[in-house]
Amino acid sequence: MTTMQDPKTLEDELIAAANSANSLDQLETLRVSALGRKGRVTELMKTLGAMAPDERKTAGPAFNRLKDSVAEAIEARRAALEAAAIDERLVQERVDITLPVRPETRGTIHPVSQVTEELIAIFADMGFELAEGPDIEDDFHNFTALNMPPEHPARQMHDTFYLASDGDTQQLLRTHTSTVQIRAMTSRRPPHRLIVPGRTYRSDSDMTHTPMFHQVEGLVIDKTTHMGHLKGCLIEFARAFFDIDDLPYRFRPSYFPFTEPSAEMDIGCSRDGGELRIGGGDDWLEILGCGMVNPRVLENCGVDPTEYQGFAFGLGIDRIAMLKYGIPDLRSFFESDLRWLRHYGFSALDVPTLAGGLAR
Amino acid sequence: MKFTVGWLKEHLETDATLDEIAQKLMAVGLEVEAIMDSSETLAPFVVGHVIDCSPHPDADKLQVCSVDTGDGAPLQVVCGAPNVRAGMKGVFAPPGTTVPGTGLHLKKAKIRGVESNGMLCSERELGVSDEHEGIIELPDDAPVGAPYAAYAGMDDPVIEIGITPNRQDCLGVHGIARDLAAAGLGAVKMPPVSAVSGSFRSSISVERRLGDNGDACPMFVGRYVKGVKNGPSPRWLQDRLRAIGLRPISALVDMTNFLTFDRGRPLHVFDADTIAGGIHIRLSRPGEKLLALDGKEYTLDDAVTVIADDDGPLALGGIIGGESSGCSAETTNVFIEAALFDTVRTAMSGRKLGILSDARYRFERGVDPDAVVSGMEIATRMVLDLCGGEASELVVAGEVPDWRKTVEFRPARVHALIGLDVPEDESLSILASLGFAARRDGAQLLIDVPSWRRDIDGEADLVEEVARIKGYDAIPITPLEKSRAVTRPALTAEQRRRVAARRVLASRGLNECVTWSFMPGEQAMAFGGGSDDMRLKNPISAELDVMRPSILPNLVAATARNVDRGFADVALFETGPQYAGRAPDDQSMVTAGVRRGAAVPRHWQDRGRDVDVFDAKSDVLAVLEELGAPVAKLQVSTDAPSWYHPGRSGVLRLGPKKTLAAFGELHPATLRALDCEGPCVGFEIYLDALPERRSAGNANRGALDLNALQPVDRDFAFLVDADVPASNLVAAAGAAEKKLIVGATVFDVFSGGSLGEGKKSVAIRVTLQPLEKTFTESEIDAIAEKIVASVSKATGAVLRG
Repeated sequence: MTTMQDPKTLEDELIAAANSANSLDQLETLRVSALGRKGRVTELMKTLGAMAPDERKTAGPAFNRLKDSVAEAIEARRAALEAAAIDERLVQERVDITLPVRPETRGTIHPVSQVTEELIAIFADMGFELAEGPDIEDDFHNFTALNMPPEHPARQMHDTFYLASDGDTQQLLRTHTSTVQIRAMTSRRPPHRLIVPGRTYRSDSDMTHTPMFHQVEGLVIDKTTHMGHLKGCLIEFARAFFDIDDLPYRFRPSYFPFTEPSAEMDIGCSRDGGELRIGGGDDWLEILGCGMVNPRVLENCGVDPTEYQGFAFGLGIDRIAMLKYGIPDLRSFFESDLRWLRHYGFSALDVPTLAGGLAR
Repeated sequence: MKFTVGWLKEHLETDATLDEIAQKLMAVGLEVEAIMDSSETLAPFVVGHVIDCSPHPDADKLQVCSVDTGDGAPLQVVCGAPNVRAGMKGVFAPPGTTVPGTGLHLKKAKIRGVESNGMLCSERELGVSDEHEGIIELPDDAPVGAPYAAYAGMDDPVIEIGITPNRQDCLGVHGIARDLAAAGLGAVKMPPVSAVSGSFRSSISVERRLGDNGDACPMFVGRYVKGVKNGPSPRWLQDRLRAIGLRPISALVDMTNFLTFDRGRPLHVFDADTIAGGIHIRLSRPGEKLLALDGKEYTLDDAVTVIADDDGPLALGGIIGGESSGCSAETTNVFIEAALFDTVRTAMSGRKLGILSDARYRFERGVDPDAVVSGMEIATRMVLDLCGGEASELVVAGEVPDWRKTVEFRPARVHALIGLDVPEDESLSILASLGFAARRDGAQLLIDVPSWRRDIDGEADLVEEVARIKGYDAIPITPLEKSRAVTRPALTAEQRRRVAARRVLASRGLNECVTWSFMPGEQAMAFGGGSDDMRLKNPISAELDVMRPSILPNLVAATARNVDRGFADVALFETGPQYAGRAPDDQSMVTAGVRRGAAVPRHWQDRGRDVDVFDAKSDVLAVLEELGAPVAKLQVSTDAPSWYHPGRSGVLRLGPKKTLAAFGELHPATLRALDCEGPCVGFEIYLDALPERRSAGNANRGALDLNALQPVDRDFAFLVDADVPASNLVAAAGAAEKKLIVGATVFDVFSGGSLGEGKKSVAIRVTLQPLEKTFTESEIDAIAEKIVASVSKATGAVLRG
């Protein structure tokens, strides 16, 4: 290269070329021809060595500026071209986002399990522990120990399922989970504070009765618990369960062979227009039976009734699930109809806790 | 138990309103089930006089009537009743009335073009009976315009209460009055029962031929009344019976029904002229028959108490009378029975024979043992009043059994048991008002229980009496104290597992079901159950007759029902009990599941995939992992129960004995038996077999061992006999260098092609973790050689080139 190009012209030319490059390849070729080892700017820079010091003093900074501004223009153009290339690719990659996602099925928890967990959360907070016993029971645990000797009229109200007899041991399906009271009291020393959720059976079938249903039994035995505690405990339960702080309630005298005194608890409701609503209103709905454990029952379990006393209660899990969640037909609980399971079932992550709330 | 307010007031001096009475009944434990106040529901109905009646111009069966309703000008009413005619009196309802029997709201309307301003009613329309042949016809002297309910004696509100099995004393109106009076609602009326003096000796004798079974009928009091006239009973008596749903029959029969409900004292009246010889009370003889008053013939065994004459049974004691000795309009001489029958025998006989009667209902709960004679006197008085005649002396067989019962009462127990402070004198005054008598014996306070309270057993019963008369509302609400401020776990490890198992499966897309604990016996046999001792004696249906040996069949059947409803892809599970036998230990907790149809549904990106055994296995492993089972240590074998596909099922074990789960495709025969079309896989996880988890208070997970050196993967492809389980290759690879090999898994399996018959290729990826320093190539090669050698030795596999 014999003639030295005017730096200014060279700069303008190269910047114009950079700006007009319309592909990254073209730009790279330009970069090499300008800034590469034998590039025109590099060649220009090389001429500095041959210059007189004075001349170099002015040409040096000028040449460096030229180099920087060309490099800058190329980089700017590269960024622009890359951005355009990405934009173009992305346009190509467009999908129809209205298309459906890969199907995932949502599983559900049955209302009986959910409500049982709710009950456990509430009663655990009042110091109750969970106890369990077998579904196939004997006469002693289901009746006799609970102060229902063989010809007791209350036995008839139980519509008991019996297993085909083999000899003397007539076995049956428990008609209530009160059987576990007996098992607990005969196997451990008081005090007791237990709840017993479980399957129960009665030979009955219509809109509000199924041959199998679920009951939770509660038992508190110590030296001081009285009927005022029973009221306190059950009012607290009902208000927490239905999540209604001023839920009206009343206790009425009733009769169960295994409690004395006995009571039934009603909660306030309305039935306007045939729709049952828990809470206000001027009507009552029975939700559970309860009472002070009959001294005879304590005796039958080897617990000294002059020393120990307490209360017991029993309520239908399916029934309170129906009341709380507005499920109309008890039979539907056991039909395993997917439509029902999906409608009334609960999310796997919806774990009832008192801190987080019992129902979402 | 039904009664009317007017009836109650015969026994209770009170000004209480219907509402107050109802509230108090509830408060003392006599649960009000219904109140029927006809004076309200029948308020618009009045006596109407049909002045004129002419055929409807456009309808054959209709009449156009002019009805005087006692209020202004006569009204035009269209009526279709066959018995409507000019001059008759009937029951008229004006427009605006809701007809109780039909629920219809009456409006002024044109019927076939003729205006009608109300309706003449039938008994059914009034809701008083099912009679609908024609409209009600009233006597000529019925006052026009008078409210019908008052005119017909139906303005007395009826209260229906539920009586708990212990309160036999309230199966008569008098007992209810006593409870209400004790609770402060007025004073109970107790007119003295005056004895009727007999003027002759009964020609019918009574003998108890009970031998050792004297308890069956401890006392029988009879009385002959001659010269009675058995016509209809008086209006007041008929009204009472009708109000509680009984049909008046004749004075004698109505009297016994009345006293059953008035006094809780069932009685019987025999037509004395039908009795052959004397009356004896005895147990029935096998094969004896009785045609009872309900028109049915009963064949007796050897245990029913019968009232018999020389020819055979006349009545079933305490249950029902016989047709042949019953009273009729022609009856002139009667023999009245007032007796006591044993509760247990009455209940058993009644149940055996299937007879529900008002007498049985009372005797099986216990009738006042000290009111036999007084009951007879009241009955005799009524017979003489209603039917005339002359009474004999009493015929008494047996005696009043010893009913006396004394209970010690410590007044402080009231506060101890109910938490309400009731002073001693108040407790005693409540008990006295219910008929209990208190006396002191040294330091002891003894309470004598009245004869009519058969339910009082101990001190707790007395406390209940005080509590219910005070009212449960008065019991102070007391918080149940917690022994610790912060709630401790209420669940055992096993119980927590169930909750976790459910939530894992629900999170994997399965829907939880709750199915019956019973199932069809025939199907149970295919699942190792259905033996005779697991059969129900009295199943609700043949479909639900044995305890389930497995949950799976119920789930498969539920799946089939959902498929039939149009849901092809179904995934169900249940966590619940299954029953291997009758003993408590034979019941175990199982989580079972079924998947049917597509595992991956068809999608625009995916052709979809049917469920297979690995979906079931995956569910099982997910649950086991969540429940803390040592999944890596489990052994898989192919001996799943017979209801699974023998070649596509497996069992997971911990050690040789502990079976944790079975899974697999369901056997085609199983699916066919349960009417379920495949593809269908299932699993059963035996929750009770899972090993215990860490003990409480030890939540320490140990230190995390983080190695700075990166692991290295190496792939190996082996050629091996087709029947060698892949897990053997993986296990052998892992065993080659236990410290350094941290993972091994199968990533490819294929057979056929060039591999040759009976061979397959299994490719595994082994992950090596350097411990001290990065592996050199030669170190890796050495390990790889060990792996190949180990796998070859264990499985006969050779490395593919």
